[in-house]
Amino acid sequence: MSVLLFTLLVLLGSFLAGLLGALTGLGGGVVIVPLLALVFHVDMRYAIGASLVSVIATSSGAAAAYVREGFSNMRIGMFLEIATTVGAIVGALIATHVSTSTIAVVFGFVLLYSAYLSVRTQPAPPPNPKQDRVSRFLRLDGSYPTPQGAQAYTVHRIPLGFGFMFGAGTLSGLLGIGSGAVKVLAMDQAMRIPFKVSTTTSNFMIGVTAAASAGVYLARGYIDPGIAMPVVLGALGGSMLGAKVLIHARTKTLRIVFSVVIVALGAEMIFNGFTGRL
Amino acid sequence: MSSGAKNTWNDQRIEVIIGRLLRTGVLLSAAVVIFGGCVYLSRHGHSVASYRAFHGDTSPLRTLPGIAHGTLQFSGRAIIQLGLLLLIATPIARVIFSAIAFAVERDYLYVAFTLAVLGVLAYSLLGAGLH
Repeated sequence: MSVLLFTLLVLLGSFLAGLLGALTGLGGGVVIVPLLALVFHVDMRYAIGASLVSVIATSSGAAAAYVREGFSNMRIGMFLEIATTVGAIVGALIATHVSTSTIAVVFGFVLLYSAYLSVRTQPAPPPNPKQDRVSRFLRLDGSYPTPQGAQAYTVHRIPLGFGFMFGAGTLSGLLGIGSGAVKVLAMDQAMRIPFKVSTTTSNFMIGVTAAASAGVYLARGYIDPGIAMPVVLGALGGSMLGAKVLIHARTKTLRIVFSVVIVALGAEMIFNGFTGRL
Repeated sequence: MSSGAKNTWNDQRIEVIIGRLLRTGVLLSAAVVIFGGCVYLSRHGHSVASYRAFHGDTSPLRTLPGIAHGTLQFSGRAIIQLGLLLLIATPIARVIFSAIAFAVERDYLYVAFTLAVLGVLAYSLLGAGLH
């Protein structure tokens, strides 16, 4: 395959990944690595490096739109970024010491779990109005706009959430993904942060988390300009278009279709990892 | 902060500025990547693409001096890598800006948290190997 054809095909694939990722809220990063590794036969290390850089682009690009809505909580984000950035470096260092087959298997299981999360219809945890001392001390309490006026909230089980965030950062650094699903889970289920606040704050954190592992990746040569160029531009274009058409799309059908794709990719990653082909 | 409402208002204004900062950083780095990509494709578009084997550990584009040197020689790959560096720097700029914003609000606890995050980022980019 010529460099020109490779670039155009990867650009197209990453565009679709970014578009679907934005429309379903799952992020494009989870499918970019399997796409590069399984379809284009790119070495796992190059695939992870390119995916990670594209995660920075899509999350930073979307942040401008999110902050206008006034849902994100800068203090929660900054506090939890201490955990995610340390985790990201740990993950990136683990990635440079284990075999690509091992990473492929872990990646496969994360894909299966993401698909499960996206189709599961979980009831929102009931609001817990009880004040939390740690949250008050850290000034994490906030409010967000609703049609009925500003809705105040408080943050619970902060040490548990902090621990989850370290795990989310480690996965992000190990696999070159945003780990948005794990981050939202930690904030919704453990810390009881309202869904809209957790989604937008998580997006905010993804860029900083990815930047922490990007330094390690760059120094180890995982970021190759020939692959990263079409991946970053494609994913960025796709996610920007996705954010624009989001209101008109039938996301439920899309989520199911995307989840089926993710399950198939996850199974193939696990198989190829165990047989040592990746 | 004497008033909670004022605090929230300031936070929101800061976030709008941060949103713009991030968008500008992403668009600027995308422009550099596109430019470098055009240079790269016009020269090497007909070469054979082969990424099956990993050769990254010997790439000169792993280090800042390597990227700077290549960019001065007008290498397409080095210019793309420079654009990617700008992209990585964008969220870091956001953290630096947040530190300043918290300092203006005299929220020293959060200045400390933000500096901790900056320290981790600095370790990744400088300590872990970009020398």
